[in-house]
Amino acid sequence: MSFLRDCFVAIVFAVVMLVVGSSARAATLEQAVAHFAAGDFSETEAGISEVAESGDPRAAIILRALRDERLLFSAAQNKVYYKDESDALFDAVTAQPIAGTGPDDLDSVHLNNRLRGVIDGFLGALTLLDPDPGRRFDAAQAVFKSRDASALKTVESALAKETDGRARMALQEARAAILLASDDASEADKIASVAIIRARGDQDALALLSSLPADTPAPVARAARDGVAAIQRTLAIWSSVQDAWYGLSLGSVLLLAAIGLAITFGVMGVINMAHGEMVMLGAYVTFVVQEIIRSHDPALFDYSLLIAVPLAFLVSGFVGILIERTIIRFLYGRPLETLLATWGLSLILQQAVRTTFGANNREVGNPSWMSGAFEISHITITYNRLWIICFSLAVFIALLALLRLTRLGLEMRAVTQNRPMAASMGIRTARIDALTFGLGSGIAGIAGVALSQIDNVSPNLGQGYIIDSFMVVVFGGVGNLWGTLVGAFTLGIANKFLEPFAGAVLGKIAILVMIILFIQKRPRGLFALKGRAVEA
Amino acid sequence: MFNKVQAVASRPGIRHWVAATAGLAMGLTMALPAHAEDTIKVGVLHSLSGTMAISETTLKDVVLMLIDEQNKKGGLLGKKLEAVVVDPASNWPLFAEKARELISQDKVAVVFGCWTSVSRKSVLPVFKELDSILFYPVQYEGEESERNVFYTGAAPNQQAIPAVDYLMSKDGGSVKRWVLEGTDYVYPRTTNKILEAYLKQKGVAPEDIMINYTPFGFSDWQTEVSKIKAFGSAGKKTGVVSTINGDANVPFYKELGNQGIKATEIPVVAFSVGEEELAGLDTKPLVGHLAAWNYFESIKTPANAAFIKDWHEFTKNPKRTTNDPMEAHVIGFHMWVDAVKKAGTTDADKVIDTLPGIKVPNLTGGVAEMLPNHHITKPVFIGEVRADGQFDVVWKTPGLVPGAAWSPYLEGSKDLKADWVTLKCGNYNTKTNKCGGA
Repeated sequence: MSFLRDCFVAIVFAVVMLVVGSSARAATLEQAVAHFAAGDFSETEAGISEVAESGDPRAAIILRALRDERLLFSAAQNKVYYKDESDALFDAVTAQPIAGTGPDDLDSVHLNNRLRGVIDGFLGALTLLDPDPGRRFDAAQAVFKSRDASALKTVESALAKETDGRARMALQEARAAILLASDDASEADKIASVAIIRARGDQDALALLSSLPADTPAPVARAARDGVAAIQRTLAIWSSVQDAWYGLSLGSVLLLAAIGLAITFGVMGVINMAHGEMVMLGAYVTFVVQEIIRSHDPALFDYSLLIAVPLAFLVSGFVGILIERTIIRFLYGRPLETLLATWGLSLILQQAVRTTFGANNREVGNPSWMSGAFEISHITITYNRLWIICFSLAVFIALLALLRLTRLGLEMRAVTQNRPMAASMGIRTARIDALTFGLGSGIAGIAGVALSQIDNVSPNLGQGYIIDSFMVVVFGGVGNLWGTLVGAFTLGIANKFLEPFAGAVLGKIAILVMIILFIQKRPRGLFALKGRAVEA
Repeated sequence: MFNKVQAVASRPGIRHWVAATAGLAMGLTMALPAHAEDTIKVGVLHSLSGTMAISETTLKDVVLMLIDEQNKKGGLLGKKLEAVVVDPASNWPLFAEKARELISQDKVAVVFGCWTSVSRKSVLPVFKELDSILFYPVQYEGEESERNVFYTGAAPNQQAIPAVDYLMSKDGGSVKRWVLEGTDYVYPRTTNKILEAYLKQKGVAPEDIMINYTPFGFSDWQTEVSKIKAFGSAGKKTGVVSTINGDANVPFYKELGNQGIKATEIPVVAFSVGEEELAGLDTKPLVGHLAAWNYFESIKTPANAAFIKDWHEFTKNPKRTTNDPMEAHVIGFHMWVDAVKKAGTTDADKVIDTLPGIKVPNLTGGVAEMLPNHHITKPVFIGEVRADGQFDVVWKTPGLVPGAAWSPYLEGSKDLKADWVTLKCGNYNTKTNKCGGA
């Protein structure tokens, strides 16, 4: 009997505790969340720290919603709501789903950069014990940046349990960063922390070590100075690797822009000032393809570029053939007239696109496999640049194969090398002229698909590339595809190594001067064609 | 020759056609002078083709909308307004030619136009010589005040200086190290000169300021952005002040996003990036980067809501954004209308003398007043990029800031004063007490 009674008392007590406890917790979260309805930055800041310190399991959900602009408030009803990732509305205090769209004056809680920093710091501390190692890593990085001393205990307990190598490293660095900023860490601890951060060795580490508080003990400061010097030495080496990478990337863009011109100007000898507009047409084809995909089947978005490449080739190639048949074929052998006619044509094409699509830039999205970046040691490699390098080389190889291995390529080479002879062998030279020009234009269209990923899609897109394209083809040697390849990458890399010292404006001028001098010395460019074909 | 024409004209169908054309031509020549008398012509000098079309086409549409509205209200001085639109095609010398055409051939009473400073400089002599009025709606580098020009965009003290003040404040992140990144032409160079002098006066060490210029339409930002990243890793809070113009902005912001530079670490405040420029971008990686303007589409006032509604109705496109230079034209147009009403004439000299002192409401709940130096009073807003491509106002000046033609931070300009009411001079030197510059 007494056992039963004890049991009963215990249960009642537990229930009471539960009710009291949960209501007390709800009250604090409720109070904290109420700050967000004020629509004022200092109130919001108070709300953020109270939510974070409430210890409520939903604190992280609310803060994440706040950071992503999904936390909403209604000033009239003085209530706060959040949307989850699928846009469903919930009451922020009770977590009950709300039917419909909620009150009329719903507005997202506004943030500024300082508050975003505060949220990241708190979120870091709150998600240090998250089951997902990726999130734990991000959290440790956030704590590394916020150096919030109150997170030290959590960092240490997380460190004790951490099994994932990458997250463990990040936690150690976060702990070191906090220790260095705190007043009561021992000197030995601080020196050990400097060593950990020195080993991290990136720009964040550099920033941290060069901004230690003024009252840092002398030995620690000395270790930090050594660390800064060591990091700077390694970073200097990596920065030239990075310049080389940027050079490759610029070179690939130049190659893409110039390779079509290497056909029309290099092989056929037509000064085609409308070449840039063929590139621009390719970019607009990408835009149209993406628009259609967006409105009809968003799931296909990642394939939009794959669909756009053949279409851009066809559209630009068709326009190219049209231009050749209606204008350029009457102007063969008259370079000055060709130059003026194609220049006029480029203006007509630009204005036609401007009238059709409007003067504004059009948004062309990156498919998911082209967004973001990864890091190799201390250099960041962005996926879009990487793919563009691969793509430009693929286009180059395909074009080379077409010229070398196919019948069309053979006929093209025959016609450009000796037209009367080719004609007497039964090749329809006029047809080959049109197809060659169409091929060059089509390749320019493909380039436009790639360039739409890194540049503005606007009617002026082509203008920015026409001078560079001629520069590459002339420098590389007219009539030689390999010259275009080497020329593009040489100019790209030279430009990117000059830019850090000379600045973008002077760097470009220096490159132009060097090309002028080079052409003086070797008028036919890097890879000059030899033999009778040149003289003809 | 004569016989041939007669022969042609004697065929019935052709004869009708010739007669109709002749009649129409006669009707036109007779109708034209009469027509010209009962309208007031308003010139619109904005590029509708070429590189600047991206920004200027919208401004042409705004002026057309304003004229339309004024005509619905019964016109001006009992006459209808008539727009004369010309296209200077982003070609600076053509701006001067087209301005001359507007004033001397079309006899317009006023011109709304120009975007770039170089186009404004190119039309200045024409407006002086033919004595007409230009309303210039774009933020610019200052260091100018002309009798025939009314500057309704921001002077440096109404945009650049408050933006830097904000970044220095606690809410802006207490920035200690500065990158001034600009396109290589007159507006960024002058603005950066003013900002550099201002920062040094505020005690920023020269090694904490990095100034960088890139060419027009620059698209490969990899090196520049990693330079900014490296400059920002010196342990002091770093901010970027961007005077990058036009098309170069999109690849710049894309590269910032690619290299993972977040606004919480290195905020970028831009002076030439508005709603229009963001329309071509995925703005999610840019959330938190800043822009300083005197107007944002997202500002909630009844006047702004009404303006946006009219704009969407006029353009028949509910997605068209509004921006700062558009508001400047709205203010400028209303000021001109009020001045013409007050003067009772569209005569340029009388309107120029009447304009200073005219007050009209702006779209953000304040009052714009035309000052004796031909600049206007404006509020300054700092906005942060939101995920939806709009701006969230995070800070504004407590009151209205009067536009200053001459910067107090530059040698040679700090002694100058512009006053077209009492001094009748745009560059009066207060040291030598003479009109005519430093």
